[in-house]
Amino acid sequence: MKMKVVIVGAGVVGSSIARVLSMYDNFDIILVEKEPDVGWGASKANTSIIHPGHEEEPNIHPHRAKLCKEGNRLWRQWARELDIPVKWPGELMIFYNSEEEKIARKYIELAKSNNIPGVRIFYQEELRKMEPSINPNAIGAVYAPTAGIISPFEAVIAIVENAVDNGVRLLTETKVEGIKIAEGRVRGVMTNMGFIEADIVINAAGIYSDEISSMAGVDSGFTVRPRRGEYLLFDEDIRIKPERILHTIPTPISKGVYAITTIHGNLMIGPTAEDLSVEAKEDTSTSEIGLEYLWNEAGKLLREPPSRTKVIRTFAGLRPEPPDGHWLIEAYTEPFGFINVAGIRSPGFTSSPALAHHVVNLIKAKYDINLVMKRKWNPYRSDIAKVGHMSLREADKLISENPDYGEIVCYCKTVSKAEILEAIKRMKKIGLKTVTLDGIKFRTGAGLGTCQGSFCRCRIALLISKYMDMPLHKVVVKKKPYGIGEVKELLKTERSE
Amino acid sequence: MIELDYDTIVIGAGPAGLASAIKAKELGLKTVLVENKDILGGIPLQCIHPGFGLQYFKEDLTGTEFIYRLFDKMEKIGVEYLLKAHVYSVELVAHNEKVVNVITPKGIMRLRSKTIVYTVGAREKSIFEINIIGDRPGAGIYTAGEAQTLMDLYGILPGKEIVIVGSGDVGLIMARRFALEGAKVKSVIELMPYPGGTMRNIVQCLQDYSIPLYLSHKAIRIIGNERVEKVVVAKVDENLKPIEKCKFEIPCDTVILAAGLVPNVSILEKIGMIMDPCTGGPMVNEFLETNVPGIFVAGNALVVNDLVDYVVEQGEQAAEGAFYFVQNNGLPTINWKRVVRGRNIRLIVPHYISGERDIILYARVQKPEKNVLVTIPEIAWKMKLSNVRPAEMIRAKLSKTTLESARFEDKVTVEVNTQ
Amino acid sequence: MNEQEFICIICPSSCTLKAYTKSDGTIKVDGALCPRGIEYAKQEITDPRRIVISVVKVKNGNLPTVSIKTSKPVPKKCITAIMKATASIELEAPVEIGQVIIKDICGSDIVATRRIKKFVNKSI
Repeated sequence: MKMKVVIVGAGVVGSSIARVLSMYDNFDIILVEKEPDVGWGASKANTSIIHPGHEEEPNIHPHRAKLCKEGNRLWRQWARELDIPVKWPGELMIFYNSEEEKIARKYIELAKSNNIPGVRIFYQEELRKMEPSINPNAIGAVYAPTAGIISPFEAVIAIVENAVDNGVRLLTETKVEGIKIAEGRVRGVMTNMGFIEADIVINAAGIYSDEISSMAGVDSGFTVRPRRGEYLLFDEDIRIKPERILHTIPTPISKGVYAITTIHGNLMIGPTAEDLSVEAKEDTSTSEIGLEYLWNEAGKLLREPPSRTKVIRTFAGLRPEPPDGHWLIEAYTEPFGFINVAGIRSPGFTSSPALAHHVVNLIKAKYDINLVMKRKWNPYRSDIAKVGHMSLREADKLISENPDYGEIVCYCKTVSKAEILEAIKRMKKIGLKTVTLDGIKFRTGAGLGTCQGSFCRCRIALLISKYMDMPLHKVVVKKKPYGIGEVKELLKTERSE
Repeated sequence: MIELDYDTIVIGAGPAGLASAIKAKELGLKTVLVENKDILGGIPLQCIHPGFGLQYFKEDLTGTEFIYRLFDKMEKIGVEYLLKAHVYSVELVAHNEKVVNVITPKGIMRLRSKTIVYTVGAREKSIFEINIIGDRPGAGIYTAGEAQTLMDLYGILPGKEIVIVGSGDVGLIMARRFALEGAKVKSVIELMPYPGGTMRNIVQCLQDYSIPLYLSHKAIRIIGNERVEKVVVAKVDENLKPIEKCKFEIPCDTVILAAGLVPNVSILEKIGMIMDPCTGGPMVNEFLETNVPGIFVAGNALVVNDLVDYVVEQGEQAAEGAFYFVQNNGLPTINWKRVVRGRNIRLIVPHYISGERDIILYARVQKPEKNVLVTIPEIAWKMKLSNVRPAEMIRAKLSKTTLESARFEDKVTVEVNTQ
Repeated sequence: MNEQEFICIICPSSCTLKAYTKSDGTIKVDGALCPRGIEYAKQEITDPRRIVISVVKVKNGNLPTVSIKTSKPVPKKCITAIMKATASIELEAPVEIGQVIIKDICGSDIVATRRIKKFVNKSI
């Protein structure tokens, strides 16, 4: 008899746990997500960094230190298995004066304590050679070679596709409203879509993980506060883009402000770090003060800050901040079967693969389960073939096999009709109830370019309308439809009055 | 991969490209017109309002009627064209040899050509480019062009309580479209102290429908969880900075961005083409040839135009330039004179003239003025205008004879002065 | 005597016109630089007219709408009626430019301004 597991939250943490659990014969896994798609919380609005682990204090945050380092190692394997775009340029923590240098040296010591390889300081001339884009005011930087840049939203999508391929069931637009406990054991979750039976409930609900935790009646003091981080994203075509990850010295509440070239080729500056009230868990708005601060930091980090005319997007994400930054990872016996993986703030993304294995071990130990590995478990998943990323020769061959690869829908990012259709297919395959324009955007890159969809959004919506057999105006952008009706809608209504 | 040879490749089949391809064919050039959509025509296909062709056809046509006239002309002459053909990159082999790599459903095509005419038009500024912050609800925010495509091609109503950001003609036209279809247009927000569009449109799009125009106002932030719910607007000071005390909210479900167009030139920047920061498009000589020999640009990719008649005129000029190039294996060596922007000129094309041919200058002023003289001090030429506005492009035809007196000058300055 | 102010839209001069309707019914116009402006002001007072443009629904065409316009300027007060008339039209493709969609409404015809070809809906 398989154990029924419900994982609350299909962000990077929840989906990683689903993937690892699916390696075992013991579990029937349902991944429950309140949004229309996976990874729409902090997982898609972060700095995209895979941290080396030299910024964690092993005495204060032992989980974070251990799992960050292991996660950094595991992501290399996961990215290969799951065909996730990633690069490993290493990072430079920049200091501008001797006080900051003193702080920077602390991180060398932390690197030693955590056994993080290759961390060292570079000064002046050598620093410029390492990274020509750096501001001349920088006097030195702590270099950590194991830092990486990943596509965070594509990562979550890839993990979920693989998990579903290995038997996990995904339920989107499904919000957990209560946890049923009887005789000291978890029985299941109450959702807006009905009751789902479960022997084990794993809370990976990110910014709402405190609410889920309190439904189980455990750890009553646990609260998660939103800490907002805003970002500036620039056009690919700007002159000064860093090769390596650059960032300022960490502060008590953040890892510093970063300047990176994303895996998609765009300069990105951010994040800010601003604590919002507990009620502001849906507030991902950007602010004048936050963005102005980032323009300042951009000027600090880079030799030449980008022009204001080259911004293509500004956005914000909410980090789930637990009290004192302590991750709450616990498998409870009262109630039996409830597991908290809550308040997983930075380095949450980096740690996820390791965290997932850790949770499985916790289940094994705490609930005395004899884990049996599946004989057939598929570690691999391949990404949608992308004509814009190929050589002309490769593209020609692909088009001869499928002419839809030769019909370009998004001009800025060279995304073809075949890729859009494949994305729709994959969204349906993992069980999404609604195919959204944002879902297509994250899977194909269409709409992420200079025009931000002003040319292609309509064309993509037309494809969804045709292939999902629905009226164009009903195609959903994120959560609400593209239009409100046919163009004569209001005139017709007037007539009948 | 398919490899083909041409004298001229015209990229982009809007009015500039159509006119250019027609002229090129008429002149006897082996021409192909490359279009990435599945239909020719470009933006005028969705422009259902009149104002097109007053000069070119001497009739007041809708954009749709205008473009069909060009189609008919094209069919008669038999211009070769490709649809669903996306230009991925351009390779420069020699001054008279370029390769255009095109992605089509039939495979990759490598089109080799002596000249290229680039007429891909402009794109619209996004909400982030004009520094509107706040929520990003996804639903309820459209650029004016996107809204126009939805309503006037695909018959969809984007929303019912509209705020329009930008009072250029595109925004004004859309204000009227929404009002006609029964939506409530709450206001048009304009940053400058004067409207961005023509008076005709202010009267017939805003006044006719009692739509308030807020001059010297800026849209600052969007509020909305799953769809737009409000826009925060503020009056601005002389430096165009929002005045804190003059902030207010407008409840709405739709924000239409008509905040300006930018020439679509990223593929040209990659091959080292020099751009004019004033126009956003390439620097060109009177043949509309860029600093890359044999590549010509016309239409909104060169400079954002207001009249399709000028766009077509530029397209034909570019084809003539390409013809001259092909005939002589390159444009002749000329002592180009720089066209310099004088008082109250915000932009001007072309940037270089020879003084040996008739030319047409296209310019825009920086700020509105009444009763002005447009002059070129180096020659005895002036043009009287009762009203100049940034929104209304100035077109001036200068004959070879007029330019004669600039024979020994290395530049000509175009300036605007009150009479 | 009542005074109305207009901005003339006939040419880019955009003269500010002041028009007075005199007690005997005639109209005096000040501020025009040319006779067309005087005509415009008189028309705007007595019988303001506009060309109305919109789209109507098309079935089985290569596009779901065809653009339309009134063949002549119609009285401003007729705009609402004309728009309501467009709301219930459903044409069958093909449609030709100049094709009359509604004959004789408010003194003008409503004609198509875009060509719509017949489109057979192939299976996906």
